[in-house]
Amino acid sequence: MKKLSKLYVGLILAFLYLPILVLIIFSFNTSKSRSVFSGFTLEWYEKLFHNELIMTSLGNTLIVAVVASLIATVLGTVACIGISRMRKAPKAVIMQVTNIPIMNPEIVTGVSLMLLFVFFAARMHLEFGFVTLIIAHITFDVPYVVLNVMPKFRQMDANLYEAAQDLGCGPVRAFFKVVFPEIMPGVISGFLMAFTFSLDDFIVSYFTSGSTAQTLPITIYAMTRRKVSPEINALSTIIFVVVVVILIVKNMIERRAEKKGAV
Amino acid sequence: MEHIVSLKDIVVNFDGEQILNHINLDIKDKEFVTLLGPSGCGKTTTLRIIGGFLEPDSGVITFEGKKINGLPAYKRNVNTVFQRYALFPHLNVYENIAFGLHVKKLPEREIRKRVGEMLDLVNLRGYEKRNISRLSGGQQQRVAIARALVNRPKVLLLDEPLGALDLKLRKEMQIELKRIQQSLEITFIYVTHDQEEALTMSDTVVVMNQGNIQQIGTPVDIYNEPENAFVADFIGESNIIPGIMLKDCLVEISGREFVCVDKGFGNNTPVDVVIRPEDITLVPTEDAKLSGVVTSVTFKGVHYEMVVEAYDYQWLIQSTRSAELGSAVGISFGPDDIHIMHKMKG
Amino acid sequence: MKQKLLAAPYLVWMAVFVIVPLIMVAYFAFFDSDGNFTLQYVADVAQYSNIFVRSVWLAALATVICLVLSYPLAYILAKMDTKVQSTMLMIVILPMWMNFLLRTYAWMTLLGNEGIINTLLGYIGLGPFKMLNTQGAVVLGMVYDYIPYMILPLYTVMTKIDKSVLEAANDLGCNSFKTLIKVVLPLSLPGIMSGITMVFVPAISTFIISRMLGGGSNLLIGDLIEMQFLGNSYNPNLGASISLVLMVIILLIMTLMNQFDVDDDRVLM
Repeated sequence: MKKLSKLYVGLILAFLYLPILVLIIFSFNTSKSRSVFSGFTLEWYEKLFHNELIMTSLGNTLIVAVVASLIATVLGTVACIGISRMRKAPKAVIMQVTNIPIMNPEIVTGVSLMLLFVFFAARMHLEFGFVTLIIAHITFDVPYVVLNVMPKFRQMDANLYEAAQDLGCGPVRAFFKVVFPEIMPGVISGFLMAFTFSLDDFIVSYFTSGSTAQTLPITIYAMTRRKVSPEINALSTIIFVVVVVILIVKNMIERRAEKKGAV
Repeated sequence: MEHIVSLKDIVVNFDGEQILNHINLDIKDKEFVTLLGPSGCGKTTTLRIIGGFLEPDSGVITFEGKKINGLPAYKRNVNTVFQRYALFPHLNVYENIAFGLHVKKLPEREIRKRVGEMLDLVNLRGYEKRNISRLSGGQQQRVAIARALVNRPKVLLLDEPLGALDLKLRKEMQIELKRIQQSLEITFIYVTHDQEEALTMSDTVVVMNQGNIQQIGTPVDIYNEPENAFVADFIGESNIIPGIMLKDCLVEISGREFVCVDKGFGNNTPVDVVIRPEDITLVPTEDAKLSGVVTSVTFKGVHYEMVVEAYDYQWLIQSTRSAELGSAVGISFGPDDIHIMHKMKG
Repeated sequence: MKQKLLAAPYLVWMAVFVIVPLIMVAYFAFFDSDGNFTLQYVADVAQYSNIFVRSVWLAALATVICLVLSYPLAYILAKMDTKVQSTMLMIVILPMWMNFLLRTYAWMTLLGNEGIINTLLGYIGLGPFKMLNTQGAVVLGMVYDYIPYMILPLYTVMTKIDKSVLEAANDLGCNSFKTLIKVVLPLSLPGIMSGITMVFVPAISTFIISRMLGGGSNLLIGDLIEMQFLGNSYNPNLGASISLVLMVIILLIMTLMNQFDVDDDRVLM
């Protein structure tokens, strides 16, 4: 039974990782072949870094992700303070609305926002680009912030805020001295989640970016539509390594925090 | 004597429900006052009004003679020990206790000195650097008390502070709290639903029910002279028997006449008669006006608790001597043991 | 009182950028460019019924495969030593953090006629098989891209099952298999439900996987919508009505699932 379990996990892992492994191996291939490895080279990495389109779209992606997730974090966290003070019924309605962008197919979110932006573009000076992109990203980011921060308010001892006031803090000071440290983990994980979703988003961006502000996923998509280009392999390898490093660091930080809490 | 806190005609409504119904309460300086009552009686609401966490819909609250309606919590010279302590999880013991002094921007040396005094007061020397989550319930309780007292409030509010502790620890903390209150000479306003706790610690007990004050008095008064059947029932165990006040100092219970000490109820008035279980003695049937059959006997350590059924009423009786189950016994009590109350409304 | 107002900016945002756009989708589906009410666009959707059927079928197939593959995996993971567990979970989930375009692209290079699989098969004298641009490739892509969304909720719900409940089942005469069927399965039902939702919704609405792995011949609802908005046949009214029908289908299927969920509870009680 134990062996069978191990075999099963091994097979699934192979299924999950082999395709990525193949991409990585062929990113070092001298020829453009996808099946025969004819020699080691770093040529594709060099080409990648000199590919202006990829570099600008990477920059765009970072700008949009940082701006959108920061705004979403502030908007969502502030909203949670208000929502946590509400009664059950309005709270439930708001949480339903919060769930809409999460539950709805991304393509519907994308086209519905596109319809809105087209409507405004025709009547005001709104052009598809960074503004529409960032608005769209905030819209699908902010529910994740709310969903991460709300539970912290629920877990928090409702008297903490009053205790701070009892000990002489005004309302604003009480919030920053006592409530904020309590919800901080939720705010950070909400921000990180929003940031990764923004970095990774293709579908919503595809419908809301226009032609001026292309993000990296959009560029990747355009590249896969064209002929074989091993630069994508190189890009995949880099992204994979970055993801692995980030997750390992994150894991280490969490472990350290756990140890600290346990002693 | 001067009143440090006064509530005058306080009314609080919530969702159309009356939580406090025209409450009037004067609290003397340096007194240990307990607000006692079942859950939902309004005792915590009263405390929150004094603390400044809740504004009454109407009525006046004064502190040292000055009206403090509308004054926010952080401007009142009152501190609170919260029900679940509400210690700040991101701060250690020292930082928790020092919190209020830091907010007031006291010099660091002064803060260290005063926190040190508090640590001594609550016996937590050596725990300064401890994480809050790694303290026992009793230790957390002490930190909460120290954190409030370090600000030298005139009045300390305590909202069921011992509710989360086990019985033994609770008893210890009761004595400890009384000691702290007496040594600091400040006013404690203490909320609890535990009558024993109230009787043990308080100078004055305020019994509340359904948004009304039922009785204010010393523990002895409250226990021995309950003003109505609710108080009698809530404080200790009682036999509450319907009776008729025939005239001053004469009451009829189960068809028999008894001499009592109460007056002023008028003639032939239906009343509630309250008799404490420990005030009843079991005698041979021929020596008593009332007699019945023992239907249960339970050993309680110091005494036996027995139920005697007599004339459709089950009498609860506590005695150091047990009677045999099923035997016929006489029920006897003196005039002083009979407490007459007005019939409860509703 | 005042603190509640802090939710206002968020509520305004959600109203303007979530609710209003969805109302616009409905508007475009039922009103033509002159503002006249019409059912024409919704009726036009009917001519694409084969695409709808294909989308539901392929997405359902991918969801079932994900469930069948993930369930034992989640069960094994949840039973692992807690020290290894978090690391193992991280390893299983890690590919999810790669952009799904790249993950899909990986299969493009694997499945192609000159791809590595056909090349390897060629060495032993087999093939080449046409694997890319088939429905099978589309389902494979869906399974590959979305399987983490199935594993995660299943794993979460299984780690929450109290070990003593399993021991109680053993104590009451269940062997491992019976325990799985009678105790673990019903208790993990919420995880199954959310896993199905999290896989089925993106699978039925994808247009990338079908385009990259299905060639031009295996269009799905997503492709259809995309074509109305950004393709050659710009027709937002038709696109909106297709989107609306897609939402209705998803809503119907989810309601149906919840129904099944509730009924099952009753049977268990």
